[in-house]
Amino acid sequence: MSTSKIPATLQSQRDEILQEWIREQLAAESNRGDLLSQGELRAESERFLNVFTRAVSSGGINIRDEAYTPVLEILAELSRSRGRQGFSPAETATFVFSLKQPLFAAMRKSYSDSALLLDETWTVTVLLDQLGLYTTEIHQQAREEVIRRQQEEMLELSTPVVQLWDGIVALPLIGTLDSARTSVVMETLLQTIVETRSEIAIIDITGVPTVDTLVAQHLLKTVAAARLMGADCIISGIRPQIAQTMVHLQIDLSTVSTKASMAEALREAMRRTGLAVVRVKAATV
Amino acid sequence: MASTDRIPILTMGDFLLVTIQVDMHDQLALTLQDDLTNRIVKAGAKGVLIDISSLDIVDSFIGRMLGNISGMARVLDAQTVVVGMQPAVAITLVELGLTLSGVHTALDVERGMTMLRRYLPVDLLATDVIDQD
Repeated sequence: MSTSKIPATLQSQRDEILQEWIREQLAAESNRGDLLSQGELRAESERFLNVFTRAVSSGGINIRDEAYTPVLEILAELSRSRGRQGFSPAETATFVFSLKQPLFAAMRKSYSDSALLLDETWTVTVLLDQLGLYTTEIHQQAREEVIRRQQEEMLELSTPVVQLWDGIVALPLIGTLDSARTSVVMETLLQTIVETRSEIAIIDITGVPTVDTLVAQHLLKTVAAARLMGADCIISGIRPQIAQTMVHLQIDLSTVSTKASMAEALREAMRRTGLAVVRVKAATV
Repeated sequence: MASTDRIPILTMGDFLLVTIQVDMHDQLALTLQDDLTNRIVKAGAKGVLIDISSLDIVDSFIGRMLGNISGMARVLDAQTVVVGMQPAVAITLVELGLTLSGVHTALDVERGMTMLRRYLPVDLLATDVIDQD
């Protein structure tokens, strides 16, 4: 690559290339003026062009070379931030691909030998394609990280066990119960029963969209495990639709006490633990 | 060696108290079953409290044994309460399909005792009161 004129072109026509490139990006359909200001775009482009020129000058067109590490770092950072801002992968990759035209134009101006021009155009194309694909890859990774984090958060969020009173805990279930969630739910519930020494656990299924035989089986398992530890379960929040489905599916919940609402369940739990709620004075509102 | 190992059974008034603090192996379980039924008959016990809070590992045999002991005690007119089961043990038993539906359970020894006293026939309680006086 010692004969290559690409580094020289990039250096001598740096300003023209940068101007043209930014103009290109702003004009492109994928430009997201709503997400990224012109100043930011200009700064990013300039920073990238600088490290890119340095990397190309050091020779080599393999982006896995050490010389390209700063280029890849900048691109990775850019992809991640754009991914978070809501850019699509194509919009992100356009950042790199839109450099082609200004660069080719600059090369056409400074090359006299057309054979060399063709060769080097190809070299630059390959190089920029690799970089463009790299941004897409990172973009995807960033998105996957977000999804994974959200999944984990959801699993934790969806199984809170709250203490309602001394000796009474509640487990409001939200979302479908599958085997993985049931074991998390069961473990959290049993652990809380031990920690709070609660005799009664209310499992509220208001947020469970459908109850089929499998979900019912999971529920009954949880109830059985709690009972083995010495805690009674009350299942509450059974919507009319679910009550109908349960009977149609011949799900037998006769071994568990069930209540229509959480309030009813709490009343029952208090009755069993010998507690009562009384009004101490007339309501002021 | 194994057959000489025994789990101690303590008498507390009308109740028998068994605390399992070692890993249960099958022979130990059978010996306990044997000893316990004998003691219920001899002492005329009205309740059995089995504390398994130190038990970390159970298998289906031990699970079934708990159910059996409860059944045998009931035939001999004594109630059984199993107390202090660890969450992991409870999950294991449920996954094994052993819900021990005939066994009473409580969170700790104290509550287990309260439960047993509640099951005690009223006339027995009455004689207790008279005795105390």
